[in-house]
Amino acid sequence: MSATGAAGASAGPVVRLAGLRHRYGDTLAADGVDLELPAGRMVGFIGPDGVGKSSWLGLIAGARQIQAGTVEVLGGSMADARHRRAVCPRIAYMPQGLGRNLYPTLSVFENIDFFGRLFGQSRAERERRIAELLAATGLSEFADRPAQKLSGGMKQKLGLCCSLVHDPDLLILDEPTTGVDPLSRRQFWELIARIRANRPGMSVLVATAYMEEAERYDWLVAVDAGRVLATGSPAELKARTGADSLEEAFLALLPEERRDDHTPLTIPPLTAGDVVIQARGLQMRFGDFTAVDDVILDVRRGEIFGFLGSNGCGKSTTMKMLTGLLPPTRGEARLLGEVLDARNIATRRRVGYMSQSFSLYGELTVRRNLELHAHLFDLPADKAAARIAELARRFDLAPVMDARPDALPLGIRQRLQLAVAVLHGPDVLILDEPTSGVDPVARDHFWQLIIDLSRKEGVTIFITTHFMNEAQRCDRISLMHAGRILASDAPDVLMKQRGAAMLEEAFIAYLEEAGGARQEEGSAATGMPPPAHAPAGTGFSLARLLSFSRREATELRRDPIRLTLALLGSMILMLVMGYGINMDVEDLRYAVLDHDQSIASREYTLNISGSRYFSEAPPLASHGDMDARMQAGKLAVAIEIPPGFGRDLARGRTTQVSMWLDGSMPLRADIARAYLAGVHGQILTETATRLTGSAPAGLAGIEVRYRYNPELRSLVSMVPLVIPLLLVFIPSMLTALGVVREKELGSILNVYTTPVTKVEFLIGKQLPYIALSMFNFVLLFILAVTLFQVPFKGSFATLALGALLYVTATTGLGLLVSTMTSSQVAAIAGTSIGTLLPAIQFSGLMDPVSSLEGAGAAIGAVYPTAHFLTLSGGTFSKALGFADLGGSLLPLLLAVPVLTVASALLLKKQAR
Amino acid sequence: MSNGARDLLRNTWHLGLKEFSSLAGDMALMFIIVFMFSASIYADARARPETLHRASIAVVDEDGSQLSSRIIAALHPPQFITPEMVSLDDMDRGMDAGRHTFVLDIPPGFQRDVLAGRAPALQLNVDATRQSQAQTGAGYIQSIVGEEIRAFAQRSRPAAVPPVELVQRTLFNPNLSNAWFSAVTAIINNVTMLGILLTGAALIREREHGTIEHLLVMPVTPLEIMLSKVWSMGVVVLLASSFSLQVVVKGIIGAQVAGSAVLFGLCTFLYLFAASSIGIFMGTVARSMPQFGLMAILVLLPLQILSGAMTPFESMPGIIQALMSLLPTTHYVALAQAVLFRGAGLALIWPQLAMVAVIGTVFFALAHHRLRQTIGTMQS
Repeated sequence: MSATGAAGASAGPVVRLAGLRHRYGDTLAADGVDLELPAGRMVGFIGPDGVGKSSWLGLIAGARQIQAGTVEVLGGSMADARHRRAVCPRIAYMPQGLGRNLYPTLSVFENIDFFGRLFGQSRAERERRIAELLAATGLSEFADRPAQKLSGGMKQKLGLCCSLVHDPDLLILDEPTTGVDPLSRRQFWELIARIRANRPGMSVLVATAYMEEAERYDWLVAVDAGRVLATGSPAELKARTGADSLEEAFLALLPEERRDDHTPLTIPPLTAGDVVIQARGLQMRFGDFTAVDDVILDVRRGEIFGFLGSNGCGKSTTMKMLTGLLPPTRGEARLLGEVLDARNIATRRRVGYMSQSFSLYGELTVRRNLELHAHLFDLPADKAAARIAELARRFDLAPVMDARPDALPLGIRQRLQLAVAVLHGPDVLILDEPTSGVDPVARDHFWQLIIDLSRKEGVTIFITTHFMNEAQRCDRISLMHAGRILASDAPDVLMKQRGAAMLEEAFIAYLEEAGGARQEEGSAATGMPPPAHAPAGTGFSLARLLSFSRREATELRRDPIRLTLALLGSMILMLVMGYGINMDVEDLRYAVLDHDQSIASREYTLNISGSRYFSEAPPLASHGDMDARMQAGKLAVAIEIPPGFGRDLARGRTTQVSMWLDGSMPLRADIARAYLAGVHGQILTETATRLTGSAPAGLAGIEVRYRYNPELRSLVSMVPLVIPLLLVFIPSMLTALGVVREKELGSILNVYTTPVTKVEFLIGKQLPYIALSMFNFVLLFILAVTLFQVPFKGSFATLALGALLYVTATTGLGLLVSTMTSSQVAAIAGTSIGTLLPAIQFSGLMDPVSSLEGAGAAIGAVYPTAHFLTLSGGTFSKALGFADLGGSLLPLLLAVPVLTVASALLLKKQAR
Repeated sequence: MSNGARDLLRNTWHLGLKEFSSLAGDMALMFIIVFMFSASIYADARARPETLHRASIAVVDEDGSQLSSRIIAALHPPQFITPEMVSLDDMDRGMDAGRHTFVLDIPPGFQRDVLAGRAPALQLNVDATRQSQAQTGAGYIQSIVGEEIRAFAQRSRPAAVPPVELVQRTLFNPNLSNAWFSAVTAIINNVTMLGILLTGAALIREREHGTIEHLLVMPVTPLEIMLSKVWSMGVVVLLASSFSLQVVVKGIIGAQVAGSAVLFGLCTFLYLFAASSIGIFMGTVARSMPQFGLMAILVLLPLQILSGAMTPFESMPGIIQALMSLLPTTHYVALAQAVLFRGAGLALIWPQLAMVAVIGTVFFALAHHRLRQTIGTMQS
């Protein structure tokens, strides 16, 4: 820790909020907050969902833009970009959601390593720190596992490692243990305690939904409706309200009208009916990994059946098999007496399912989501409206009916999901962690609903949870570990069997017996690395830039399909297009309408049929025939020979032959016209020669010299043009999702909260794709000169330099689209239209740029493809070098910084 | 059974309406769609030159005679950019840099030799890598120059009238206006692009957000999910393209479209069915949005360039013709040209229409099969 950090920690508050206001639409997330948080403590934020806890933490971390008020962190204002950059190496922020700021395809080690590099740590330092962090969190043996294959608890530990790698003075954790099983949760807090023991100066801010966890914090902030209700230690808060537990204390702190009808839950006794859910020897294998093995279950009608287990033990997989989403590898599941079949629509109408992650439409309003499901379940319109109104009231959704779930806190989204699951009045409800991330009050509401459904309506409930007090309310529970069910009985019975006073102890005892509690406690003595603060680099840092490049390259390597598409795909395209684009118009279909039918007329037409440009169709019978066949597109040209053609010709009288052109494709019509005129002239000369015995003396001749491509081979001229095309479409599409995907999936937060600058981020992301595109360029070049045998006459160095500038510009173009759009779909569409149109139409592929007009000419003048086409054509066909083509290199050189600056200006370094 | 059909229709209808709401929420995407069918079409049509247009030509006048200046004056806009006078030495450099597509060299003593009946030769240098202008341009120049020489010479001796004249009559697009053609081609290209992208990307988005899995535990079948995407996105693109045809192409660009807009709409809708089936099929093959994006480029590029909308289909190599005939775009291009330019009716075009329908059905069936197959293995 730096000297200033130590001074800041002991001298005054670590965070000071004054008059803070923050608004999303109609919701006030911060309503004039004044708050000072003591340094060196573990500070908890408690309160219901959607009251603003996450927004406050985001504002403190500098990830969100301040709307109004003051946020001072570590002795400076977070509204000041310079201060933000200076202190962000001392802050670590772990957002809500399991592993949201991790990179799923990167391994555990690589994820931490990436963050280490961002903070400019040397290789030796990183390796030492990562080894220590992994040992402390028990992740050592999983160092090579991709983050996406980790269980929820492990993801959170990894997230913590990533946060701690740079020794922050302020650690901000937004609901770090939500959705994490009790064992992992316990390990997580033990880890935090050890870290704090080693670094007493570190301040920790935590938002949590677990009141029992909050009991152990030093200092609490009770939050409601964007305001501070109370602050103080847990003991102080309890003393002030005269409550026994923190939960009660919090309820007492709430204003009268918000306290509503909160009463302890009572669960009427169960009168269980017939077996509704039955599983026999269920097994699910993914490859050689057995996710679920030999599961036997019997759940009776109206029963509340709890399904418990550590993260990643196979609970969700089992539930997917019970809903029919996943056909089991072996065994049989029966629902309501029928063998599950994914295609059985009738069964699905009687089941309600709620998946662990939010799986409704985030872009539709709450109301539209409910209405859509009412329609899908075929509720009559009047009943549906009444039902939706009822659910909105029961699930307290009325205030947010017209909001989009995307903008709502987790807890409210979970309520919406449950409302959707029960909308159609199902017989069976299958709920996968429905209360994860939901605040205690709302959770009790939720359970009241579940109990009512079970006891009053006889709905069978199959539920998973990580909350032991919820498990306690179930009629029976099953404990699952590593794909197998360890025990299954009423909660009290299980506790008695283990001699445990609390269900949590019983649960952990079962897991430990099954080998679940791996010896993953690192020795606390080893502890954390000695604090060695990374220099708070405020200027441009090549190391940070390269750490983004490295990460992007690793992700690309992990996606062999994308690599193959980029390399092999472009070679195939070159083959197809090199052979396919053909400007030589050949085999034009023509037919003759011969009114004369004389020897002369036949001779005339014979000359045309001898040309390779034309292929003859059966003769025309009449004008009507001609119209019909032209209209059907069967003829490009019709030739009409007038009656008396032969006679007139013999007498030396002038006669007229008509050519009818199909003008629907101007290029073709034009070329046909030119060809026919040529053939016609030839016929005249021959006729004259025959009549007079000597060729007529012309006035003057024109020698036409076709240069650069004397045989007019399409391939020779097309291949050098196809290379620039492929090097705009594929590189820009490779980068097009670079930024928007991070926005959609959440890892953009790392850009907000680490010292990386926008330019470092953008160029860092771009570098691997420039390298890949250059490799692609070399491949295409080799293909052109070997397979296509296109002669290369000019300077390769010039072409290669041009290609380097060009792919830098085209990858930059993709990034620009990516920063402008907000969804991946829009980024793909935007990149397609932004490259296909200008590159094919305005860059000189078909028509030289000099012949274009209007907007097209303007685009053609600046678009990189136009300049690289000149370079490619010039070096391939015209034996040109640097001196001749410098004029085309310059615009490419200019395009690079222009694109990067535009992207940097459009990219936000904070969320709104 | 009729109950099942009713469910199918109802679910397909409501899921389709959902797609509209999603689209309406994505402002950037809406903007792109509007742009593609308005400004983009207009710019494309207006930029493309009329057949031979503003070809860049330079003249090396070594004669400096009355005849040579007459020839130079005859090479004028709009076919040519006013000729640049260059020296023999500069000729090569100008062509190398791509500044001149044509350079005409008039040798010393040209006029004298013409009048003396010595039949001298001019030299026309053509940049043959500019394929689109090389041949037609050379033809133009030859006939213009020939005409000027003849007219000049006629003052001194009578010319023979050719015994047979070739009269040109152009059907369907009398002025061979490239703007009309480009505009229609641009519509075709954009219909293809959006037809494939919107549905395919929407499917991947649902997979990445886990909403597909959610739909499948409800009484909704993969068939309904697919149909809903096909019809809703079909309607969006159909409306946008019809608007573009009526307002931008007919109204602003002033193309005379011969055929029935309704028939063209029918063709477009059938084609969209085929294109969006291809999109969904790609959506089931690609595992993530970045993969889908690349795949889209690899599919769109040949569809745009090789389907006969840019260069004549009959001139392509046989194997390419055979391959491209298996894709709906080739037939749609033929349909669009037949209906819009040649005013063809249903009686003439039904074979192509049937091909589009058949190809669409095959892709739809393939996509349906893949979607059902991949659902089980999908990671949420």
